Amino acid sequence: MEEERHAVTLVVNGRAVTEEVEPRLLLSHFLRDNLGLTGTHVGCDTSQCGVCTVWVDGLPVKSCTVLTVQADGSEITTVEELTHDGVPHVVQQAFQREHGLQCGFCTPGALMLSAWHVDHYPGASDAEIREALDGLICRCTGYENIVRAVKRAQALQEEAPAAMAGQAREEASS
Amino acid sequence: MSQMVLGSRVLRKEDVRLVAGQGQYTDDIRLPGMLYAAILRSPHAHARIKQVNIKAAQDMPGVVKIYTGADLQGKLQSIPTAWIPPESDLKMVAHPALASDKVRYVGDGVAMVVAHSRSQAEDALEAISVEYEPLPAVHDQLDAMKDGAVQLHDDAAHNVALHWKVGTETDEAFRTADVVVRQTFRQQRLIPNPMEPRAAVAQFNSATGDMTVWATSQNPHIHRFLMSVVLGIPEHKLRLVAQDVGGGFGSKIACYPDEVLVAYAARDLGVPVKWTETRAEHFTITTHGRDHVDEVELAGTRDGRVLAIRVKAYANLGAYLSTAGPGVPTILFGLIVNGAYDIPQASTEVYGVFTNTTPVDAYRGAGRPEATFLIERIMDRYAQEIGMDPVQVRRVNLLKKEQFPFTNAFGITYDSGDYHRALDRALEMLDYAALRREQASLKAQGKYIGIGFSTYVEMCGLGPSQVAGAVGFQGGLWESATVRLHPSGKATVLTGASPHGQGEETTFAQIVAQRLGLPVEDIDIVHGDTDRVSMGWGTYGSRSTAVGGGALAQASDRILAKARTIAAHMLEVPEDAVRFEEGKFHPEGNATKSVSIQDVTLQAHLGWNLPAGLEPGMEASAFYDPTNFTYPFGTHVAVVSVDPDTGEVRLVRYIAVDDCGTVINPMIVEGQVHGGIVQGVGQALYEGALYDDAGQLLTGSFLDYAMPKARFFPTIEIDRTETPSPHNPLGVKGVGETGTIASTPAVVNAVMDALSSFGVTDLAMPLTPPKVWAAIQNAQSMKGGQS
Repeated sequence: MEEERHAVTLVVNGRAVTEEVEPRLLLSHFLRDNLGLTGTHVGCDTSQCGVCTVWVDGLPVKSCTVLTVQADGSEITTVEELTHDGVPHVVQQAFQREHGLQCGFCTPGALMLSAWHVDHYPGASDAEIREALDGLICRCTGYENIVRAVKRAQALQEEAPAAMAGQAREEASS
Repeated sequence: MSQMVLGSRVLRKEDVRLVAGQGQYTDDIRLPGMLYAAILRSPHAHARIKQVNIKAAQDMPGVVKIYTGADLQGKLQSIPTAWIPPESDLKMVAHPALASDKVRYVGDGVAMVVAHSRSQAEDALEAISVEYEPLPAVHDQLDAMKDGAVQLHDDAAHNVALHWKVGTETDEAFRTADVVVRQTFRQQRLIPNPMEPRAAVAQFNSATGDMTVWATSQNPHIHRFLMSVVLGIPEHKLRLVAQDVGGGFGSKIACYPDEVLVAYAARDLGVPVKWTETRAEHFTITTHGRDHVDEVELAGTRDGRVLAIRVKAYANLGAYLSTAGPGVPTILFGLIVNGAYDIPQASTEVYGVFTNTTPVDAYRGAGRPEATFLIERIMDRYAQEIGMDPVQVRRVNLLKKEQFPFTNAFGITYDSGDYHRALDRALEMLDYAALRREQASLKAQGKYIGIGFSTYVEMCGLGPSQVAGAVGFQGGLWESATVRLHPSGKATVLTGASPHGQGEETTFAQIVAQRLGLPVEDIDIVHGDTDRVSMGWGTYGSRSTAVGGGALAQASDRILAKARTIAAHMLEVPEDAVRFEEGKFHPEGNATKSVSIQDVTLQAHLGWNLPAGLEPGMEASAFYDPTNFTYPFGTHVAVVSVDPDTGEVRLVRYIAVDDCGTVINPMIVEGQVHGGIVQGVGQALYEGALYDDAGQLLTGSFLDYAMPKARFFPTIEIDRTETPSPHNPLGVKGVGETGTIASTPAVVNAVMDALSSFGVTDLAMPLTPPKVWAAIQNAQSMKGGQS
């Protein structure tokens, strides 16, 4: 089988990257295998679990649902970029404070989803947060402390919006 | 500071890397020159292999080598089981890493491709052609035992892998009792699904003969031991590393063919090889849980006193014996079917059965959820039968605090507890009387809610090694710890436990911090590497804090004893006149003159002026073997609503009052409880593996197998009582499995309470809307027919 390859250029965590990739290469595997950004995890093969969630052009997207060639020209943000200038994002702080993670495997996806949600729905109720988490499967926490972490992140963001909100706000406004 | 460390909500040390995306999971490893393996798996549940043709696949791009079952014959030992229950006549059938003559379940390995990339390896699998002669398949344990059923293994007649009996004589009680309640329960097969799929990377140094395997393991030393036997690599040349492991729930205990194959290829080819499970593979090849048919009989009086319980269990073990497979439905189940109740006569009989399905092994709770489910369900059936409130029937039979230590009819001794207090607290949180009134008034409006109880006890903290030997576990169950204080007074602490989400990098640091007066941040916990940790038995059975924590306490106390000797020398006072408080030694009655443990540690390392005969250095190890299992207990209550028009069950409230002994870190304990409850509710309402008659798994993806989601749950209300266990120095009992053990019957009891209005007394899990709706329809049409 001849390997067909296409050149793609993406901006990943603020850096332009150009690579030649197979058309079938998923964005999730591109991030992990080609760029070594192993913070993004892969938990299934049917786009159900959401642990591979990253931001594509500012929107939370399961990176296993996107072919790398489809993402050509996009801006990608991964969990590695959530901490900005040494300051953890409010969701990173909140997940630790509320024990919103155990094994940590779904956590990168949970963080990327939550960070976006906190930024766009800062007053979401518990029930709304639970609905928003529908694209995530976590086997450890029973979701209880993830919900509490999102609530706490809302509070942290309200306390210090400019300094603490970090990347989410920039991405949303760009 | 140090006085407050134990029992406080110390934030998790591991989170710092995990929230930054800086964890190191097995699939994150990339080594220079690394190749990728993919495994061809049988599409048939049962078939003879006539021929495997790899010719076309060998010419595929990037393919380095292909191995078939025939290639490996005589080169690898059988994949072993490590649990041989005594007097069970266990059939130790062969389990080859790759099948060469026969496949016995969908997923059984047939060939392995090693290629330059994962996709090339997967492409080449498609080009391998295997000629199968399909055989009849059997997936249900009751069918497998029938005359004429197809036989999986030559030496296991009627597919019976084991037959085991335990307990007292019960016939007399059943002959004379006022009331006998009989019920058969099916506890469906579950698929563990930790979010991290399994993976292995192997690297071999052909010059030194050293093999390193990174693997998703809950117990790297057990993995090393078993792989050493299978591969013929001595243990001192085999290093097993489990770095960050993304959940296990029992599914990462077993030694699987996959990691053995990867290691074999790495040695054969002289280059590193990686294999990572796909989620589709996980569903078919990683061990499943539960899958029991339990015939339960309870004998009791009209006024609510249980006299005897008798259980006959048929446990599906799958196609082969997994590492702990035979021990789960016997030892971990049969000895505790009386639950938290004082039942004088009890017996358990278990058949373990081979079927053409994925092997079954431990799954969160392992045996104890099955035992708890049947006793908690039959207690409710009994209450119904005699017209007593389910709480009252529990009050009559629950052990009283003055009965501890309590030896049950199977001869195991429960440690400590006040079971009634936990029940009282749960009822108070619930406002039981008011809720029953509400239930009645809702019913009048055609709305149905149900209240379900589970007053559970479990045995965990596995366990004393002597008992391990007596029950046929082919290993010890002690734990090791090494506390190493560096000249600066910072500590590296090694443990044989192997946490994979439980937070022991934090709780173990708390234990050492408390004992030695060191700041938590000065203590690093090292685990999961057989080259760094001398020996250990790993993390399962809620044993890490009870047993591993005991080892840590002992090693810390040894450090403290030595430090005290040196401190006395430095302070120029007799040793028995030295007090240790808040990390400082001072002479009795003189707190102003002191030396810190850090000062003492530095002197121990310098060795300039030590007491005569004392060795320099500051390191201590302990190998701690507990005196008994531990017995966490509590009361869980579920409140559900059932929509009679759709059959939908909603969890309205969930209350858990648990007692896991002394609490090291309440935040982490609560997290374990939350997660366990949701997993147990998963069994009650959503999850279940299904096979068709050809042995094909019908629930092989997250699209088909319903995992619990956030929106299915209300806020979980939890509280605790705290009864220290006398069986270990910390008084801890373990909390990793309690939620899963307690919650399944609480929810099913609640749904049955709601459905009692329709005359429905039992339904098989999971209680999905179609099943509940059909049961209501059925009951109503029967009623209609009568009128």
